[in-house]
This record gives sequence, structure tokens and C-alpha cells, in this order.
Amino acid sequence: MSARTWNASQTMLSRLGSFARIREVGILAAFVLVVAVTTAKNPNFLFSPDGFRDLLLTPSILMLVAVGQAVVIITRNVDLSVGSVLGLSAYLTGRIFVDFPSLPWPLVFVIGIAFGACLGLVNGALVAFAKVPSLVITLGTLYAYRGINVWWTGSDRINASDMPDGFLALGTDSVANIPVLTLIALLVLGCAAWYMHTQRGGRELYAIGSDPDAARLYGLRVTRRVLVAFVVSGALAGLAGVLYAARYGTVNSQVGSGFELEAVGAAVIGGVAIFGGSGSVFGAAIGAYLLMTINRALPVLGVDDFWQRAVVGALILGAIVLDRIAAARQVKRFARMREASHD
Amino acid sequence: MTDATTVRTYRDYGQPLWRRILLTRETGIIAALAAVFAVSAASVPNFASELTLQYLLLDTAAILLIALPMTMVIVTGEIDLSVASVVGLSSVLVGVLYQGGVPMALAALIAVAAGAVAGAFNGFLVTVVGLPSLAVTIGTLALYRGLAVGLLGTTAVTDFPDGWRDAATGTIPGTPIPWVIVVFGVLAVAFGLLLHFTPFGRGVFAIGLSDSAAAFSGIRVGRTKLILFVLTGTVSAFAGIYFTLRYGSARGDNATGLELAVIAAVLLGGVSIFGGRGALHGVIAGVLLIGTLSSALRLANVTSDVINIITGTLLIASVVSPSVTAWVRNRWARRGRSAAVSQP
Amino acid sequence: MKSPLMKRGGMAVAALAGMALALTACSSSDGESSDPSGSAGAAGAESGDYSITFLPKNLGNAYFDTSDAGGEEAIEEFGGTYAEVGPAEAAPDAQVSYINTLAQQGVGAVAVSANDPEAICDALNEARDAGTKVVTFDSDTNPECRDLFINQATADGIAKVQVDMIAEQIGDAGQIAILSASANATNQNAWIETMEQLLADEHPDIELVDVVYGDDDDQTSFDKTAALLQTYPDLKGIVSPTTVGIAAAARYISTSDAKGQVAVTGLGTPNQMREYVEDGTVTAFALWNPADLGYLAAYAAKALIDGDITGAEGDSFEAGKLGEYTVDADGTVLLGDPYVFDADNIGDFDF
Repeated sequence: MSARTWNASQTMLSRLGSFARIREVGILAAFVLVVAVTTAKNPNFLFSPDGFRDLLLTPSILMLVAVGQAVVIITRNVDLSVGSVLGLSAYLTGRIFVDFPSLPWPLVFVIGIAFGACLGLVNGALVAFAKVPSLVITLGTLYAYRGINVWWTGSDRINASDMPDGFLALGTDSVANIPVLTLIALLVLGCAAWYMHTQRGGRELYAIGSDPDAARLYGLRVTRRVLVAFVVSGALAGLAGVLYAARYGTVNSQVGSGFELEAVGAAVIGGVAIFGGSGSVFGAAIGAYLLMTINRALPVLGVDDFWQRAVVGALILGAIVLDRIAAARQVKRFARMREASHD
Repeated sequence: MTDATTVRTYRDYGQPLWRRILLTRETGIIAALAAVFAVSAASVPNFASELTLQYLLLDTAAILLIALPMTMVIVTGEIDLSVASVVGLSSVLVGVLYQGGVPMALAALIAVAAGAVAGAFNGFLVTVVGLPSLAVTIGTLALYRGLAVGLLGTTAVTDFPDGWRDAATGTIPGTPIPWVIVVFGVLAVAFGLLLHFTPFGRGVFAIGLSDSAAAFSGIRVGRTKLILFVLTGTVSAFAGIYFTLRYGSARGDNATGLELAVIAAVLLGGVSIFGGRGALHGVIAGVLLIGTLSSALRLANVTSDVINIITGTLLIASVVSPSVTAWVRNRWARRGRSAAVSQP
Repeated sequence: MKSPLMKRGGMAVAALAGMALALTACSSSDGESSDPSGSAGAAGAESGDYSITFLPKNLGNAYFDTSDAGGEEAIEEFGGTYAEVGPAEAAPDAQVSYINTLAQQGVGAVAVSANDPEAICDALNEARDAGTKVVTFDSDTNPECRDLFINQATADGIAKVQVDMIAEQIGDAGQIAILSASANATNQNAWIETMEQLLADEHPDIELVDVVYGDDDDQTSFDKTAALLQTYPDLKGIVSPTTVGIAAAARYISTSDAKGQVAVTGLGTPNQMREYVEDGTVTAFALWNPADLGYLAAYAAKALIDGDITGAEGDSFEAGKLGEYTVDADGTVLLGDPYVFDADNIGDFDF
């Protein structure tokens, strides 16, 4: 945590930073535990080629969206429209392949990301300029984008045969046993983590989330930063939409509906505080892996299909309660340390 | 009451009474509702009938009911996303219990009690453990829905007693007003009195403006919020029983997504998501506005996707428009000022 | 200062709402002008007003798109007015709102695929009281809530064709699993029950190890397929009695090591399955022709409006190119046997 500019609370912040890192270790441990237990029950979960691939592959798309969500939540906002953005971008991807088959497919990535970024820009502009809470705005665009999607798609459906093989192969191929999709997601995660942790803009996002008014008084460009956070979230949802098309091969008008709760859930499980200012994109990424892996592990562990949602809900609650208890302890310890140093 | 309340709520005492009453957000929404009703009645075939009103009220009854406590929760600055899952859970409980031979009345009572417990659990995590309600209720949204789907599995319970079903869907003889709306009316009056005319209600507003200021002025913040979450759970469970009887089918997936409809309507009705601002008559008008619009659009053969687009846009427009007008006015004012300054 | 602003906010809402309505009012009056008898209402229903509306489980579903297109073709043949309305998501309460609306508009007949056998019952009966004929297709309600049910195939027939296909593809022995639609789906649950019976009685060497639910969602079905293959390494086949599920299962298996090891069959549409039949993932699958189903539903609705039939057992009516059909017990009309698609014949179909 670079705390050069803050002096009064410098030590406090850096300690909180290291605590946050511990939190991610805890989530990672939970993830490893789930994989270990499930693998003990059924070795194929990890040791068959398909099992290993799916373990890495399935959460990749959610991970991208969760990283974008984390960036937004860190600024004390939330983006509920990601599922609808993902759906629209996935359909756009398919549509491009149907209508412009001559277009080289890597260009589709650029279009999908740019399109998602535009939708994110709409969210961001409404939030940043109109000063309306993001929960409300993105709830509105959740409806509106989905409506546009259904209206545009109708009962059309993009099938695997509409898309070029090279593009579809991205969804399933591996390089050195690691799926391409996962590599893309990790690359994005790396960039986001680097920016959020070392760059001025990233640190400012944390500052804004900790105390928007103070950030404004301090002279940070709050409006612009928040706008950028939404554009990033939109762009990543757009990218996720393109990858969804590659991975699942069929796109209809309901792609990605309900994804917003999983993305917020992944970020929260990963230790991104819903009130902004703390957490990391790493945490959100691990949260996504934990969430999706638990989903896949439950049937292997013999938990009836119907109870899966209940388990996921209990996990989200468990994660935030644990967080809260740990944070309360931490605050007490700081208080003791402060008293000790004053004496 | 604290300074903040005084400043924000009673800022307009300089204005005459009629202006204070007429020129509010709530009046705007009610005017919009009246306008939509009038335009629909005039231009949409078959809209101007008692049947429209009856269906409209039956369709929106669950949302109307849940919107009452939800308004108060949002006024305190919290939120409850788990309401639709509580509806589903209560629906399943009634079904399972009734199927298991429990008398209908007792089954309904148990389901409502379970709703109260579900709400209390939300409230406990928010007020005692101190977690953000958004995160808590995203968790319980999944948890309660999971329990509902888990309990009933592949089946749906359908054979509810006719008397109960008629009570849910029947109307006051000679009018298009369903009985459930009478229940809603009683609750609305009770909630209106509670929110707008009691110390408890003033406390709710004070908490929404500032948690700590409210606590310093002697309001029991935690207890108030806990009560509101319990109320929300209870009313949602009641709405769940209505939902079950109206459609005659107890299913784990009943009312999926209803939470968004409720919150959208509450916000459209002029309640600030930051807390501290809102009124029940605006919320009721907000629910009816969305209901009337979709009913009119359906009658005009507009498809559901377009209705969704309009709902979303309406929500955004309603919350953005005050800021936009403020922004425009500020610009004008500034321009005016700078012109005035540069004159001499 | 604040109140006038709020007022403007309200006015903006009113303006927007008004605009939305004005737009729809225009479109609806357009509709009327092209159909002078459009406002005739319930009375028109008795006098040969063939305004027939299709209400699928949800919009944006390729299967219903095809069946409703079949209905439209039939309605054009006999000169009626075709319309299609429906909710965005397959929920019974949303269907009720549409049924209420249709009853108010006094359409001649509704052809509906029910999201819940009970939940839409009252609404359908109110519509029938108002003079609207009700035909269910694809997914039935309780018999007392509709005039006729157009059955795509009997549950026995559908179960049997799927069991026969999987038995043939895996050599009548080994583990199989079922990937169904949602846990509440009436049709699928009935078929699965019959399949279990058939497997137990006639194929003792086939073991049905699990039934999982993909919720008719591509992604969920895809992930459930992956989970099945991991959970049961000796799995020989997957039966998916839903068009979404079979396509997702086939797509997963076509890109995994299980290709060629695990058979996929069930109910699918030729366009969705073509690629997997051509690449050898899928040998054969079955379905009725959904276009014919919609076509038959439309002609049944016409016969009801004309008063030629009442839905009683033994009534018979003419259904255009499909020929003559007879109403069976419980007001059911059977479309025919399911059709099996394989590499040899799939090229002949486009739906």
C-alpha cells in the first residue's frame, strides 16, 4: 500500500493493507480446501484432463466481471447492469459473425470491449454527472439493457455453427494445459492489480471509496475516476460477453441474466468491502473461483441440486460475517496499540 | 431533531402551504399516474373498464404490500433484496404444511412467522453484527430462495381450499376492488401513520439522514432497524401467501425477481436511496404507475421486452431528472451572476 | 428550492410516460385500421373472427418461435389475424397478466403453452367465460381450464423413443444420466418418470445414476454436463429431454475427451444439433415438428371458434395440410409419433 500522501493514518492504512492481503490468503485456502475435499471424494475433479480444464475454465468469465465489479465497488459504487451488458455484448459478437463473416475474428474482441465500455460509460455518466446512486442507475440499466437485448434478439439464436472454428476454439483450447480463456482472464487480472496497487489512478479509486467528500476536498478528480471505473467494468463485461460466445457457442436473449448477483457475490466473498475503499481485485478473482468451484463441487459431493443456492447464500453470509469479526478484532488491536503508544 | 433534519426537511417553510404541498416529488408522481391513466383510457382500446382496474390491483397487490415496509427500510438508508425470496419461501412453506395435513389457517400463520424470523435474521446481521444490508440481503436472497427450492424440489402444491383462493382473488361485491386491496389499505394507513405521524417514524427519517446524529439524539437506531427488517419479512411472507393463493400454486421459484420491481417502484415513488427522504403516498403512486403503464402497454400489444425498456428508462429518468434540472439551473444562475458581475 | 426541482422531476416522468403511451397508442391504432373488426370483442369470436393469439412460455425461445410460425402459416391460410405475446421469462404469474389482457381484448382464441398447470387456470377460465377459446399446446394445464390440448406426442411415446435411442447407442448396458429442464417442468418430469419405469422393466443392465436440472439455460446445462462427466467417470450416455439441454450437452462433449465415449441423445431441433450430428458427437435424436404443432393448434382454435367442435371426445376436424384429426379422451389431440433425426435425414429439415 503506497501511503506516501497520507501521514496521520499512514501506519493504520498500511496495516489494514496487509490485513486485506491475509484475507485473500484465507479465501485462497478455502478454495484449496474445497478442491481437496472434492478431489478426495472423486479424483476426477482435479486429476482428469477435463476436470482440471474445467476447474480453471469455468470461473474465468465470472472472474473478469468480478474484477470489473471490484473496481467499481472500491469506489463505493456498484454495477448491477453487468449481466445485461454481458448478454448484449455476447449477442453482438454472434451477430457480427453472422452479418460480417469476412471480418477477422480478433477484431470482434475490440468491438465487444468497446461496446461494453460504451454501455459502462452510460452508467458512469449517469452516476458521476447526475449524482444519482449507482445502485439505482444500474438497476435501471439492468432492465433497459436487457430489454434492448430481448427486443433486438427476439427469438433469434446464435448457434455454434454461425461462428468461426478459430474463435470457438478459444473457448476450449489450452496452452500448456492452461485454457486460453483463463490466460486472458489472468492477463486482465494482472493488469488491473498492477494498476490498482501501484498507479496513482488506482490509489485514488481507493481514496474516493474511503471518503468521497474528503477525496473531493483533497482535489482528486472524483467524477472522472468514477466514470473510468464504470467504463472498466463495462469493458470487462463486454469482453466477458465475447468470451461467453466462444465458450458456450450458443447465444440467446437471456445470456448473463442473474450474473450481477454472482459478480457482486464473488467480490464480497473475496473481501471487497461493499462500502468501498478496501479489498482488491485479486480477492474478487479468488472469490469468483471459490463461488463457481463450490457450485461445481456440490453435486460431486452429493448435495442435492436444489440445495445449491442455499449453500451459496450461506457462504456469502459466512464470508462477510467472518470479515466483520476479523475487522472488529483488528480495530480493537489498533486501539490497544494506539493507547500503548500514547502512554 | 437534529439540524440536518430541520435543514433538509423543512427547508421550504418560507413557501406558502399550498406550494409546499403541491410542488413535491410525490405530487409529480401522482400527476404522472393520473396522466397515464387518462391517456390510456382515451387511446388504448379496452383499457377503460373495471376489469382493467381489477387485474391491475390483483397484479400489483404483492408489490404494493412489500413496498410499504420496504419504503421505511430504504428511508433508514438500508435495503432488503431478499423480499422476493421470502415470498418464495413462505409460498413453499404454506404448500408443504398444507399438503402435510396442517389446517390452512395454521399453515399461513406459520409461514408468516417464518417470514418474521427471516426478516429478524436479516436485521440481526445488519444491526447486531453490523454488516452492510446490501451484502447481507444478497446472501439471504440466495439462501432463502435455496431453502424454498430445496424444500419443494420438483413438485408444486396446488390443491388449496376454494374458500381461501376466493378470498385472495375475489372482489368486494359490485366493485372491481379485490379484498386483498382492503387488507393493503388497512396496512397502508397503519404504515402511513407509523412513518409520518409517530416518534418512531420521525426516528426512521432521522436515522436515514444520519445514523450517528440520530443515536446521539436518543433514537435507538439498532432496534428501529431490526423492527423494520422484521416488518419487511412479515409482510413479504404475507404477500407470499397471497401470491400462492392467487395463482393456486406453491412453487419454489414463485416471485423470482420481484425484489427489483419493488425497489424500482419505491425509488420511482420519490424515496431517496441515500435514506432520509420519501413518503408512502408517492411510493403507492409509483407502484401503480409502473403497473398501469405495463397494463396499458400490454393492452396495446406492446411486447414484454419493450415494457422492460420503458420501466428501466422511467426509473432512471425519475431519479436523474432532479439532478439534471438542478445542474441546468445552476449553470443558468452562474451565467446570470457572471453577467451581473461583469456589468459595472 | 428543492421542491420545484422535485416537481420538475415528476413532470419529466409524466412527460416520458405520456410519450411512451402516445407512441403505443399510435401503433395500436395502426393495428386497428388494418383490421376493421378488431374492436368487435367477444361478440366477434362467435361470428368467425379468427383472431388467434399465441402465448408461448417465453419470448426469445427458438422452439416456440418455430411452433408459433407454424401457427401463423395456418392462420394466414384461413384468413385470420395472428398475434404473439408473452413474457420475457418463463414465469406463470407473467403469463396470467397476458391471459387477462387477451380476455379483455376479446380475441377469438388463445393458444398457450403453460408455465404451470394450475397457476394460469383461473385466468384461462375467466377468458373462456368472456368467449375466448383456449387451446393449450406443448405443455398442458389442468383439463378443466382449456378447451383442447394439442399433444406433441404421448408421454409414453416420447419416453420410449428416448429410451430406445440410448439403449441402442450404448449397447443396452451401462450408466446413463438425465439432463432435464427446470425441476418444476411438467412435461419433463412426466417423461422422466415413464423413462425410469421403462428402463427398470425392459433394460435391466442400464443404470440411471442421476437426474440433473439445467433450467433450460445454456450455461447451466453446459456446466451440469461437465459435472456429470466428472461425477460418473463410467458414464456411457446422457439423455436430455429438452432442446436447450441436449445442445449444451452435445457442445460440451464435442470439445472434451468424452467425445465418442459418451452418447448424447434426447429431444433437440435439427438446426441446433446439425453440427454435432455431423461431427459424430450425436448419432440420433428425436422431436416432433414444432411448426406442425403450432399449425395444428391454430386449426384446432379455428374449429372451436367455428363451433365445429367443442372439445368432446370423438369430435373431428380438418387441419389443412396435416389432414383430419380426432379429439381423444380429456380433450386431447395427438400430433403423432416423435420423429427420429440422424445423419441421413437431418439435411432435409430446417427449423
